[in-house]
Amino acid sequence: MKKSRIMALLVTLILIISGLSGCGNQADTGNTDSAQTTNGATAETDSTATGNTDTAKVDEIYFLNFKPEIAEVYDAIAADYEAETGIKVKVVTAASGTYEQTLRSEIAKSDPPTIFQINGPVGYENWKDYTADLSGTGLYDILSDKSLAVKSGDGVYGVPYAVEGYGIIYNNAILEKYFALSDKATSYTSVSEINSFAALKAVVEDMTAHKDALGIEGAFASTSMSSGEQWRWQTHLANLPLYYEFKDNTSYDSTVLAGLAASEIAFTYADNYKNIFDLYTDNSCTQKGLLGSKTVNDSMAEFALGQVAFVQNGNWAWSQISSVEGNTVNESDIKFMPIYTGVAGEETQGLCIGTENYFSINSQVSAEKQQASIDFLVWLFSSETGKGYVASQLGFIAPFTTFSEDEKPSDPLAKEVLAWMEKDGITSVAWTFAAFPSEQFKNDFGDALLEYVQGSQNWDYVVTTVKDSWKTERANASAE
Amino acid sequence: MNRKNNKYFPIFVLPTLLAFSIAFVIPFLLGIGLSFTEFTTVTNAKWTGLRNYSSIFANKDFLNALLFTVKFVLVSVITVNIFAFFMALMLTRKIKGTNLFRTVFFMPNLIGGIVLGYIWQLILNGILYHYGVTLTFSPVYGFWGLVILMNWQMIGYMMVIYIAGIQNIPSDVMEAAKIDGASPFQILRKITLPLVAPSFTICLFLTMSNSFKLFDQNLALTAGAPSRKTAMLALDIYNTFYAGNGTAGVGQAKAVIFFIIVAAIAFIQLRVTRGREGTTE
Repeated sequence: MKKSRIMALLVTLILIISGLSGCGNQADTGNTDSAQTTNGATAETDSTATGNTDTAKVDEIYFLNFKPEIAEVYDAIAADYEAETGIKVKVVTAASGTYEQTLRSEIAKSDPPTIFQINGPVGYENWKDYTADLSGTGLYDILSDKSLAVKSGDGVYGVPYAVEGYGIIYNNAILEKYFALSDKATSYTSVSEINSFAALKAVVEDMTAHKDALGIEGAFASTSMSSGEQWRWQTHLANLPLYYEFKDNTSYDSTVLAGLAASEIAFTYADNYKNIFDLYTDNSCTQKGLLGSKTVNDSMAEFALGQVAFVQNGNWAWSQISSVEGNTVNESDIKFMPIYTGVAGEETQGLCIGTENYFSINSQVSAEKQQASIDFLVWLFSSETGKGYVASQLGFIAPFTTFSEDEKPSDPLAKEVLAWMEKDGITSVAWTFAAFPSEQFKNDFGDALLEYVQGSQNWDYVVTTVKDSWKTERANASAE
Repeated sequence: MNRKNNKYFPIFVLPTLLAFSIAFVIPFLLGIGLSFTEFTTVTNAKWTGLRNYSSIFANKDFLNALLFTVKFVLVSVITVNIFAFFMALMLTRKIKGTNLFRTVFFMPNLIGGIVLGYIWQLILNGILYHYGVTLTFSPVYGFWGLVILMNWQMIGYMMVIYIAGIQNIPSDVMEAAKIDGASPFQILRKITLPLVAPSFTICLFLTMSNSFKLFDQNLALTAGAPSRKTAMLALDIYNTFYAGNGTAGVGQAKAVIFFIIVAAIAFIQLRVTRGREGTTE
């Protein structure tokens, strides 16, 4: 009798506990909850009069931040801005990879974000009911290269705030060591001579042959194929063959426009993609079968620890590399080289430079709030305080005319990006992946690559999958 | 008496009814409504009729997920219940340390699905590492990985329910059977099994609906890799919902179909097992 009562109690307890643990899994709601508490607290704070008559009534704007790694910097910026102008900037940061979800739920609330971010023309299609026209505003005026903005008709709906570049990051110390080897099979003596796929392949394969002498585990870091960690291949690397394909289509001004208009692709440069992808995986520090569990962090750690000489990534990777414990890579040894894939004339190819970070202003909030939001962004990119934050702490390469030469970012990879941009006779590769039809397309691409690298499918399967997926996803997107 | 009840009826029921409506009925109806619309946020839905439903079958993802889920449910319902029942039998034998074992077997159930998924991903990948492959190498690995994970998590819980059932069997029946010379197998077959039928109902129902709705473990263990071949229904719905432009409505439509399937199965199963209980009593 007593026992069964204890049993009953136990069972009830269990039910309650398992019920609770079930609820606990929805982690990302935590963000919005805390957002609401700050909101409640700030509603009471009185705003002092601002200089601008338009925005005098506005006491708070709301910025939904995309980049968790710099969330704290934005909090500091918001505090400074409030001290200077009296306008409270509420900064909420979406957890990594959940921006769309967070934006979707936040924008439906009674106090929606006034500043949010879209990822380019495709993101604009999704959010066009919410993006205000920014042409003629102060923010658009200070944009250095007007062609970078997201436009539709005469309107400007997204203004880029950070230019980024990616390529193959290499550890110069290891390469110097290789060039000094007495029994190397190639005749190259400096990195500047490596300006084509053939040269890269020769050097990389010879480095793999000498990996014990060089003290590395492989030439390239792991090709991270874990789910959600494939973006370096399905997006960044995939950019190259499609950039060349759309570049061949001369009836459009840019490869992005040509890509957006393409209902089908021929994937003409598929073999070039295979070239470089095979080079990565054949000379990797990890066996092919195990790549499915590798993450980007793993690859960056391998590079930082000096186990590999090359890794494909962008200028944002510096903070990641330098923060790895036991990092052996010197700031002066970390350099960029373009991703060569064996396309004719690639000796003049530069890094892949572009952006997928665009600020948009919510068109569904009051005109005063929109103006106040624009004022904040203009302040951030043109006032001394704001620029100081951007250059030193946010680490953006900001494409605005307000930045002078000595206000450029200081980290080694960002400097390399700028150096490559300024090289004579070198053409940067545009970020054509902004024209990719959907996330689904990228995931299909990545999934096919995983099966290819594990040996369960051949290369033809990848090519067919990519072509089919582009066709169906583009059709879906234009049916809307 | 009746009149009194009527008078107080609203007072006692209203708070619960309100909470139930706000937290369940209204979102549920809203969800069904949204499945006929195209929307980015719930406030700007546009009516599109049945288009979402027809585009569910535009690619094979949903059917693949359904097939994978059905296979998974079949295997895991059988294995979980068999293991749980025999574990319960063993732990009602008055072996030393019974309570310790019960607690230990029950513990996995207290860990959240995401955590479990990652832990098992590490364990399984650690084993597969010796063969130069990972969990994502083939959907077969992912399938059995999920089955193992599900068993590990659910057996303890089901075991507790079976233990409660077995302990409730009147000892006089057992004694009578023993005196009549019934073999242990006969006791199990003719007395224990029929008398714990109510526990079977609960356990089958719980394992079935839990396996069908599995999401966290699926997301953490394989996330559908390779090529969404190990994505179960819930994960497929989630992926569709966030796939891109205008797919939120399709995801919603899938969710409605998912609800109908789960409800139908649960209903049929409950009826069948209830019927069996009736005949044995």
